[in-house]
Amino acid sequence: MNIHEYQAKELLQKFGVATPRGKAASTPAEAEQAARELGTDNLVVKAQIHAGGRGKGTFANGFKGGVHLCKSPVEARDLAAKMLGQTLVTHQTGPAGRVVNKVLIAESAEIAREIYFAILLDRATAGPIVVASTEGGVEIETVAEKSPEKILREKIHPLAGFQAHQGRKLAKQLGFETSQLKAAAKLFDGLYRTFMACDCSMAEVNPLIVTPQGEVLALDAKFNFDDNALYRHPELAGLRDIAEEDPREVEASKHGLNYIGLDGNIACLVNGAGLAMATMDIIKFYGGSPANFLDVGGGATEEQVTEAFKILVSDAKVKAILVNIFGGIMKCDVIAQGIIDAVKAVKLPVPLVVRLEGTNVEAGKKLIAESGLPVITADDLGDAAQKVVAAAQGAK
Amino acid sequence: MSILVDKNTRLVVQGITGSAGGFHARQCMEYGTNVVAGVTPGKGGQMFDGKVPVFDTVWEARQETGCNVSVIFVPAAGAADGILEAVDAGVELVICITEGIPVIDMMRVKAQMAGKKSRLIGPNCPGIITPGACKIGIMPGYIHKPGKVGVISRSGTLTYEAVWQLTSRGYGQSTCIGIGGDPINGMSHLDAVKLFNDDPDTDSMILIGEIGGSAEEEAAEWIKANCKKAVAAFIAGATAPPGRRMGHAGAIVSGGKGTAAGKIEALKAAGIAVAETPATMADTLISRMEGKA
Repeated sequence: MNIHEYQAKELLQKFGVATPRGKAASTPAEAEQAARELGTDNLVVKAQIHAGGRGKGTFANGFKGGVHLCKSPVEARDLAAKMLGQTLVTHQTGPAGRVVNKVLIAESAEIAREIYFAILLDRATAGPIVVASTEGGVEIETVAEKSPEKILREKIHPLAGFQAHQGRKLAKQLGFETSQLKAAAKLFDGLYRTFMACDCSMAEVNPLIVTPQGEVLALDAKFNFDDNALYRHPELAGLRDIAEEDPREVEASKHGLNYIGLDGNIACLVNGAGLAMATMDIIKFYGGSPANFLDVGGGATEEQVTEAFKILVSDAKVKAILVNIFGGIMKCDVIAQGIIDAVKAVKLPVPLVVRLEGTNVEAGKKLIAESGLPVITADDLGDAAQKVVAAAQGAK
Repeated sequence: MSILVDKNTRLVVQGITGSAGGFHARQCMEYGTNVVAGVTPGKGGQMFDGKVPVFDTVWEARQETGCNVSVIFVPAAGAADGILEAVDAGVELVICITEGIPVIDMMRVKAQMAGKKSRLIGPNCPGIITPGACKIGIMPGYIHKPGKVGVISRSGTLTYEAVWQLTSRGYGQSTCIGIGGDPINGMSHLDAVKLFNDDPDTDSMILIGEIGGSAEEEAAEWIKANCKKAVAAFIAGATAPPGRRMGHAGAIVSGGKGTAAGKIEALKAAGIAVAETPATMADTLISRMEGKA
């Protein structure tokens, strides 16, 4: 799960991390009010969407830039009016862009230096690790590519946690002055405590800035949370913004289905994450393009299968559907019945290829054969993939 | 002709009175697995299906029954504690089927298991089976056949796919291990490869990996230097978009690392036969064994 910049900053402040003062606004009037409360003539208005590259983005109405500096509450209101309700397209949003429902009105900080500082979970050491660089304000992937020697890595012991001396060492390695040491170490420690307390898989401050006066501030922050741990963080679950998510994925998650939308035209319904990925791969191998990843899990019910079908056929790009089930615990006859019911319920607009294997496979195949539905059956995974690719091409 | 589990395995099922734990305990018993105990806190003293004594703690189960392997069906919120309970009781092999355990919990489990004798398989895995002898987990027993191919995988149903391809072509399996799809887990591909390499009754292996992390690359490097047995592999996720978690929490390409292309290259460089599609995992191994690939 991701959250907005203004939410990330509010979260960080709870853990003692210094950020520029600011407030989110949903209307131009709120934006003006927020700017007045800040009581400064150094203001910045930032569009709030879950994607990077906002500053260089363009709105669908032609207005350029999702981040603007201004000098007065009235200007802040006018800028907010140009952004709110409008679609912002950046290099990370794709051509469809994202609608801006909130803007952040903040005090604009002067920047003397920009640092990158992140904590993430390292699989190799099975613990948290700090990744930091003196090259802040740009994407870390770019730094890793162009000047990998400028990336610092500091392991954190999984049980002992982040130590004060590690903070001081990192501050020195990142070029902080002696007078800034305490403030920098405090920010690092606050970020680590946020990371652990909120079950983050990544907590990134970019840029972390030093002002000409020597203040150390988190200017922008991004978090990824471990979805498996959300059950113990109701306060974080409330920060979810479903308007930022693919509506197909939102609908799927309501029914306990694991769905990720892609750009192709062959929909797939599979049991098991590994087999679902492998099914996408084999579609591609035979020249097709998957429209989605969908894992119905090990114990899907007929009702879930029906809901899954509804989501698949709601995608106008879909030209054919492949069902690939290896029944283990899940019985093929149960799945077959779910498919039959679903096809009757949703009035299948495109060809359907079904490959069943495993527990009660004969009973499952018999049900489908006797249903009289126009289902293309396949004997194995290779056969199924070739048939669905052919069906999608035929349907074009 | 197996690794880790066989006819002598004495299994304790943690969470035996739950619906999943009970269902799969029965399935394992029907397959012939020697289930000697169950554990559910608060239900000690009961009998499961009139045959298996239930204890409040793994410690008691170990003392009373000498169980040496545990399988965990405890819900995610209590599963990390369940693993550590089994380790604390001295159980030699702990297999955690539970999916959805917070990764920070697994980080703490892994750190606390350092230096302990117990091994962990999983979490978020189908389990382990030595065909014809002992099934521990949720895999369908009948698709397997006793034989000499070792199977190691991060995915459940993709393992069944490989096993079924082998069995359909007349090739049995020595042991099949699902190591699980989480970013922090117990036994790695490499740990399993080493055990199969030392097992005189395993003559070849299928290694099934997926995007994310670098466990497949590490196994490949070791195989290149140390393994003389025929090895075939498949990596799932070549078409997965970067930065998205593909069902398994561990299946994510981040910062250009953990891609299918990178893994396939490392496997090929180690002399491993890599299946082009998931439909040809068994055929790729058979061709290699017959010296054709």
